[in-house]
Amino acid sequence: MYHKRGLWAIKAKNGGAFPKHEKKAIAAAPTEKPPKFYPADDVKKPLVNKRKARPTKLRASITPGTVLIILAGRFKGKRVVFLKQLTSGLLLVTGPFKINGVPLRRVNQSYVIATSTKVDISGVNVEKFDDKYFGKKVEKKKKKGEGEFFEAEKEEKSPLPQEKKDDQKSVDAALIQSIEAVPDLKCYLGARFSLKAVMKPHELVF
Amino acid sequence: MPFKRYVEIGRIALVNYGKDYGKLVVIVDVIDQNRALVDAPDMVRGQMNFKRLTLTDIKIDIKRVPNKKTLIAALEAADVKNKWESSSWGRKLIVQKKRASLNDFDRFKIMLAKIKKAGVVRQELAKLKKETTA
Repeated sequence: MYHKRGLWAIKAKNGGAFPKHEKKAIAAAPTEKPPKFYPADDVKKPLVNKRKARPTKLRASITPGTVLIILAGRFKGKRVVFLKQLTSGLLLVTGPFKINGVPLRRVNQSYVIATSTKVDISGVNVEKFDDKYFGKKVEKKKKKGEGEFFEAEKEEKSPLPQEKKDDQKSVDAALIQSIEAVPDLKCYLGARFSLKAVMKPHELVF
Repeated sequence: MPFKRYVEIGRIALVNYGKDYGKLVVIVDVIDQNRALVDAPDMVRGQMNFKRLTLTDIKIDIKRVPNKKTLIAALEAADVKNKWESSSWGRKLIVQKKRASLNDFDRFKIMLAKIKKAGVVRQELAKLKKETTA
């Protein structure tokens, strides 16, 4: 084993002795006071967990500009343009709104089919959108008196703030230009996807 | 009702099962009642059961077990590739392959084209109907 591992060569290279490195000096730990209380039975320590929270791994087929097919929810079957992945792991997606009515929206990767059609997304700036932009607005709860319990709860749906509408327009403007450059792509994004009798999903190439 | 396509040296066959599915191969020798020695420009010469082969109409002129160079030259001389791709069988396979590889966007474009074509046909038909009734 000594000869096979070439230890003789390592020794020769180092001038006859095996190369050593100096041991790191251990800093003296501060003296701990003995604990006042010992539990009756041994307390188990939880195992060390060094895992870090990361956004979901993005499928290789999904890149910025990919056309996705949404499979569930209000917009099921809609073909939609992928913009970026947010830090929560959800995908930021837009219709564009003028073409198929899908606004800037978050969508889970699992509920999406990625097609191989790509749209040129270079003119679009999506830096400002993050998960907080899409969070629900929290209003301060007003204390209800007895009388108000019996009244029908007025659900105030606040209208969409103008700021969000402007964001939608600015994102879509550049997108729609690059979409109109490709023939038929606008109609394609406006149409919904559906399975016909002949189509076998496991054999289809998207 | 006699047979038209025979197993002979130089017969081109289509592989219908196994790793080389869909390839065109040349029968270069017959091993026994069930197996043939088979060769193609892009594969190693090997044996195949006749059950894995479907004979085609194309036959080339070679001697028993030629070497690769001679085989490729004979295939070029007989122009097998073009004969196959212009035959109705060959064209069907090409269309099948194309359809299987279609993108979702391609399928959409084809749907639009079909609708357009049907519209044009229907217009012509309406014109002809008008002429015959008028």
